[in-house]
Amino acid sequence: MDNILYAIAVMALGGVVLGALLGYASTRFKVEGDPLVDKIDSILPQTQCGQCGFPGCRPYAEAIAKDEADINQCPPGGDENIHKLAELLGKEYKPLSEEHGIEKPKQVAYIDESTCIGCTLCIQACPVDAIVGAAKQMHTIVADLCTGCELCIPPCPVECITMETVGETLDTWKWKKPGTRRVIPILPVTTTAQAA
Amino acid sequence: MKLFSFKGGVKPDPNKTQSTALPISQAPLVARYVVPLHQSVGGTPRPIVQVGDHVLKGQRIGDADGWVSAAVHAPTSGTVVEIGPHIIPHPSGLPTDCVIIEADGNDTWIERVPFALESAQPESVREYLRDMGIVGMGGAVFPSHVKLSVPKGKAIEQLIINGAECEPFITCDDRLMREQADEVIQGSALFGRLVNAARVLIGVEDNKPEAIAALKAAQLTLGAPVEVVTVPTIYPTGGAKELIRVLTGKEVPGSKRSTDFGVQVFNVATVQTAWRAITLGEPLISRVVTISGAVGESRNWQVPIGMTIADLVTLAQPKPDADGVIMGGPMMGFRVTTNDAPVIKATNSLIVTAPGLFPPKPQELPCIRCGSCATACPQELQPFELYWWSRASKFEQLEKYKLFDCIECGCCDYVCPSHIPLVNYFRFAKSEIQAEQREKHTADAARDRFEFREARAEREKQEKAERLAKANAARKAAEAAAAAETPATENLAEAAPDLSSHPHQASTPIAVDNHPVLDASAKQAAIAAAVERARIKREQHGAKSGSDAS
Repeated sequence: MDNILYAIAVMALGGVVLGALLGYASTRFKVEGDPLVDKIDSILPQTQCGQCGFPGCRPYAEAIAKDEADINQCPPGGDENIHKLAELLGKEYKPLSEEHGIEKPKQVAYIDESTCIGCTLCIQACPVDAIVGAAKQMHTIVADLCTGCELCIPPCPVECITMETVGETLDTWKWKKPGTRRVIPILPVTTTAQAA
Repeated sequence: MKLFSFKGGVKPDPNKTQSTALPISQAPLVARYVVPLHQSVGGTPRPIVQVGDHVLKGQRIGDADGWVSAAVHAPTSGTVVEIGPHIIPHPSGLPTDCVIIEADGNDTWIERVPFALESAQPESVREYLRDMGIVGMGGAVFPSHVKLSVPKGKAIEQLIINGAECEPFITCDDRLMREQADEVIQGSALFGRLVNAARVLIGVEDNKPEAIAALKAAQLTLGAPVEVVTVPTIYPTGGAKELIRVLTGKEVPGSKRSTDFGVQVFNVATVQTAWRAITLGEPLISRVVTISGAVGESRNWQVPIGMTIADLVTLAQPKPDADGVIMGGPMMGFRVTTNDAPVIKATNSLIVTAPGLFPPKPQELPCIRCGSCATACPQELQPFELYWWSRASKFEQLEKYKLFDCIECGCCDYVCPSHIPLVNYFRFAKSEIQAEQREKHTADAARDRFEFREARAEREKQEKAERLAKANAARKAAEAAAAAETPATENLAEAAPDLSSHPHQASTPIAVDNHPVLDASAKQAAIAAAVERARIKREQHGAKSGSDAS
């Protein structure tokens, strides 16, 4: 009988000690914020276009982390990002959902400066402050900062903003992958047998 | 002097004797020069001339953009006819902004002023070299003035002047050392002074005995504090890291700079050009170019930067079966996409190809894991591992195998029995990784700007709310203060008549004892007064219309 009590006492003591240790560790090594949201956010292209239905990339990342949004709602990220998200979250890959848009090559907005009336509406719409100008002064887009989100197009009352595809330059040019290898034909065994 | 050696390397057929027999010849004037603005590593120079401007030989036409950048100059006198995109020698075949000059045939120099070196600060020497367009002429075109600034707390133990010229077919440095030995020696001594080097070593491969003899003779006559060192001929001794290894035994990892180990390397042509810039005031407007291969006359030419490849190839009388041009050597060079592209500061050699001279590379076969590439790699990498990961596009693995330590010398390609274009795989992987880093960088910047904008909007909202609250409080306080003063100056009875006409002021007597009930009654009184006024108005109006009707 005593043995059983000892055993229970020892196990209980062990439980208390280990529990205290775990409790300490959980406060001592507490992770601030949600690391998963950060990881998802770092994959997203930061276009801030809202095509996914969320007001920016981070809110979409939060929704994905909470399982409230699918991983295929980001057209600027395209197929490559869906693969990356699927790998990160251990989910099945699915093609880009068409209701959110289609994948396009990288574009930047361009303001036709002779048409611009200086209404500042596009400046207010730009999520990354890439448009400079003042009231009744011509506006212009800082192409290096433009994410190509197209949010400045609808507010423009004179339709002077167009999207232009960014071409390859010497700075962005990439070496192509060398051609695929030749497949060595497998000869039927009979030829050898006949030769022999 | 004790020499060291590096692991691996190959011994391709040098093919140098064809072009070393004849001395360097000045290329004749042509009608049109295409001078690219972006010719060095770093920022793209801004054009400082306009279409229609007349320029003189040696006049600056592009100003360095930032510290890591170098100016460009007009190669001859003439008129600027165009500033716009033109194809340059680059594996992509993409155009970049060039200044196109139509020569006037006089080749008139701008006034050349030697630089007062003795009275100059080190900083102004570097600025001068930047404005003279001095860049590394071994092919890397890194701005030389940047390499001349030694990091704080570091001293240069050995300054290495690279005259190894290990790549087959290229002999421009060889001929330069033979013909301009004194300028090379003086340039080396000058750079030694500029970086305060303890020793200056000129490394030359032992397959250039004439160049070594000329340099040694010039060194003896000038008594300059430089040493001419003969190094064994093995490709790629001319690689900066390999030459450092051979001459000093120091091994520089890809993540560090050679200055961290007390070494700096310059090409012989670079020090010679810099010396001319300082003592004669001549900017970098021409360079020695070897032209060889399927041509009638293989030799070296002093070519103005901007002369088209087509013009230069014509001078060399190409053979009828010539089918293309390689810029650089057969190991590291690339095929130029069009002969309209100009000679640039990086063009050390042009090889005219023909099917007999450079047969097409046999079909790529599977890797048989023989390990020859690893034995040949002078950087002690494992090219086969790099190849597998590059082919599978598993770029994160390539960091582990030190892809960026690869100098793309092509030794692995040369020995591969399966004819795998290994270097092309590494170039592909490198550019993919760099593009990914660029994208990540822009995405991070966009995120920062977005978050900043959000924070600013939030702050503005708060400030607006605060301003509103403050204005409200101020108004209340003012009212209270006014109310406190009123009874002392004004009679309540006198204020009373105002009640009807000025409802706002009417609240004053009520606020005296701060009683809400009174406030309400005053309001009611004001409303009543207004209603009364309206009634009187209506009655008057009614009477008037009534009289009109009658």
